[in-house]
Amino acid sequence: MEMSQYLEVFIEESKEHLQTVNDSLLSLEKNPEDLTIVSEIFRAAHTLKGMSATMGYQDLANLTHKMENVLDAVRNQQIEVDSNILDIVFDAVDDLEAMVTDISAGGSGERNVEVVVGKLKRIEQGEKPADVQQSNDDSLNQDRMMETETESSQSETITDLDEFELTVLQESDERGFTNYQIVVELREDCLLKAARVYMVFEVLEQIGEVIKSKPSVDQLEEENFENTFSILIVSQESSEEIQSRVEKVSEINKVDVTEFSVNQFKEQSQYNEQTSSPDSEVNQTDSENETEATTSSVATMTPPQEKAEEPSKTKQQPSQNKTIRVNIERLDVLMNLFEELVIDRGRLEQISNDLNHTELQETVERMSRISGDLQNIILNMRMVPVEQVFNRFPRMVRQLARDLNKKVNLDISGAETELDRTVIDEIGDPLVHLIRNSLDHGIESPDKRVQHGKPEEGTLSLEAYHSGNHVFIEVSDDGGGINRDKVLEKAISNGVITQEQAKGLSNQQVFDLIMESGFSTADKVSDVSGRGVGLDVVKNTIESLGGTITIDSKLGEGSVFSIQLPLTLSIISVMLVEVQHEKFAIPLSSIIETAIVKKDDIMHAHNKKVIDFRGRVVPLVFLKDVLDVPVELEQGDYYSIVLVRKGDKMAGLVVDSFIGQQEVVLKSLGNYLTNVFAISGATILGDGQVALILDSNALIK
Amino acid sequence: MSENSLQDEKVIVFQLNEEEYGVPVQQVGSIERMQHITRVPQTSEFVKGVINLRGVVTPIIDLRTRFNLEEVNYNESTRIIIVYIEDMEVGLIVDEANDVIDIPSEAIEPAPEVVGTIEVEYIRGVAKLEKRLLILLDLPKILSFEEYKELKTVEG
Repeated sequence: MEMSQYLEVFIEESKEHLQTVNDSLLSLEKNPEDLTIVSEIFRAAHTLKGMSATMGYQDLANLTHKMENVLDAVRNQQIEVDSNILDIVFDAVDDLEAMVTDISAGGSGERNVEVVVGKLKRIEQGEKPADVQQSNDDSLNQDRMMETETESSQSETITDLDEFELTVLQESDERGFTNYQIVVELREDCLLKAARVYMVFEVLEQIGEVIKSKPSVDQLEEENFENTFSILIVSQESSEEIQSRVEKVSEINKVDVTEFSVNQFKEQSQYNEQTSSPDSEVNQTDSENETEATTSSVATMTPPQEKAEEPSKTKQQPSQNKTIRVNIERLDVLMNLFEELVIDRGRLEQISNDLNHTELQETVERMSRISGDLQNIILNMRMVPVEQVFNRFPRMVRQLARDLNKKVNLDISGAETELDRTVIDEIGDPLVHLIRNSLDHGIESPDKRVQHGKPEEGTLSLEAYHSGNHVFIEVSDDGGGINRDKVLEKAISNGVITQEQAKGLSNQQVFDLIMESGFSTADKVSDVSGRGVGLDVVKNTIESLGGTITIDSKLGEGSVFSIQLPLTLSIISVMLVEVQHEKFAIPLSSIIETAIVKKDDIMHAHNKKVIDFRGRVVPLVFLKDVLDVPVELEQGDYYSIVLVRKGDKMAGLVVDSFIGQQEVVLKSLGNYLTNVFAISGATILGDGQVALILDSNALIK
Repeated sequence: MSENSLQDEKVIVFQLNEEEYGVPVQQVGSIERMQHITRVPQTSEFVKGVINLRGVVTPIIDLRTRFNLEEVNYNESTRIIIVYIEDMEVGLIVDEANDVIDIPSEAIEPAPEVVGTIEVEYIRGVAKLEKRLLILLDLPKILSFEEYKELKTVEG
């Protein structure tokens, strides 16, 4: 069978199922009595096991099988669920995840899972989980034996089955089906052996379920066998019926149908084990190499990042949603091409305005509208729900809370909010940092919480929502909040600010201090966070994405870390302005409004020019001075001012004229000119000239 | 082609203040005519700004300023040589660029050291050809801001 085409689907689905298992395990922990959840997990694990066995990933199938056994015991109420058991099951899920990741990176999916398998096995046998944890070594040895068992058995003839297949056979026995072993011999002169095999399989699949074949389906398809092959099948038909059906396929020499007894097999396999020949092992390594070769070739064809695509989206609307998977690189190419188109569109608009030709103007206008729609569609294609990032947090929070001996309830909302793919890729780490920070420094230990009259269990909420051209992600906790005095004390002792400066700071400014580099307020440095390298990294990452982060906090009530992110990174709306003869672009996202102010209305405050804007005193920034623009024009009686903001601070940028609003493609200045003051990038205008994009944040102090 | 052509170095020759300079042809992307340059504020003096090079925003350096030569107005023969240095793409403004020649490796000598002048790091060597003297540049050094500042302070 050509596996490569299924591999991708397999990986996608495995990830989905693992996610389901993860989610369900977490809810199971909260409602240990709810057996429907166990069934849910069981279903997902079962499918996963089947898939991985079909794809030939034995380790994956084995481990899932062990896990399933434990779950089955839980379902039949032989074992009671508690955190310790779940810890072990979570460990197993971690291993499974690692295997799937390995497979998607082109590996063989093999992994040493002896320890976990051993633990699972002991739970299944009814031991107390605590004992299980302790008697690790024992189980390890025991398990090693088991591993060798399965290994040698895999290579044997058809009479060799893994536990999964055995269970199926046993179950079918109980349900009144019969297990048959069919040996088919093809004619010596048979030309298309694979085709005949296929026909035999088709016949058999009509009357029953094929459990196993020897040689494997792979080898059969590749005609990698002599003239005989055997199949294990579960069916309700009689052996004569099967025989006659199979014989209808031409070019077959002999068909031999015998009943297959599971019990007999077991006895025999024990015997085989002792006498297993070195010969068979060679066979096995051969076939292993083969699967490895196919998987690695698959990996080169499809880059791994592509596979990481939204596993959860399909989960919610399984069948109705018609989707195709597109390589993200292709979308990038599409995006780049479209960017070129946007530049030419701008150029066309300008030409048509200059020519003042009605028909041309109409056509260009139409084209602009259509390309506007096109732009929206392309941008939307790159949008991915933030759920992808959020998915891993419940597990993380659970683990951290246990490590820190705290009780925490994670509350996620707005996981369906969509963000540009590039932002999604970057936002994970900062969020991990913030969550760790909230858990470690924010939420207090249970007894301390009770002392303060709060519920024992702390709440950490993670919320994402759209607002305008931005996406907001908020991490809030109901913990101790930020102690203003403590922050100031630390900042002063670290030399970040002086005593005098400290007095005049607003709460907001004080909280911002904890994101300065080299700052940590935790009295104790723990494993989780507090090494003083966290929050400044978070701040840098978010700012490099064009976003901002603000902190709000009330002592004793909790803190909110709010991240504001742009929807997309490549096309932005700007206001084009002229300063003398130079053009600059100011991102619309930071503009509040524009105004024209009379020269006489400008006031002076401490030698700085300010204006009174709707009751607020706003300082003016003369762009021609800040940007050293050569002065050629006389200043008139009126100032054109663009009011921009950064957080709740404002400034008025003085320009010479407004040109208008435009969508532009953000381009970097290249690797040579980095860190240019107050310039965040460049764009190419309709006339082919470069205009610089102002970073208004740098102009507001 | 001579036998030792493998050791020859192919260079683009350009003029600057009536002297001839050479940059290895492998590092040159293209040679452009003068076009509108958008000034970038608050960078080094020799960075004239950026241009739109077929959709790529490319920084431009004026070599006359960089080498502390007298500035002249740009004219019809002024060229921008686009060079690739490490992972950067930069344009160099020169007076003229109109020749490609092969320099045999034995013709290349280290830069002459003269007492009383400070050593300029951006000269890799001098190639002596019949009647011509070619100054070979070390491009990465040209981009360095530090050396430029040093030079300015010594001379200024």
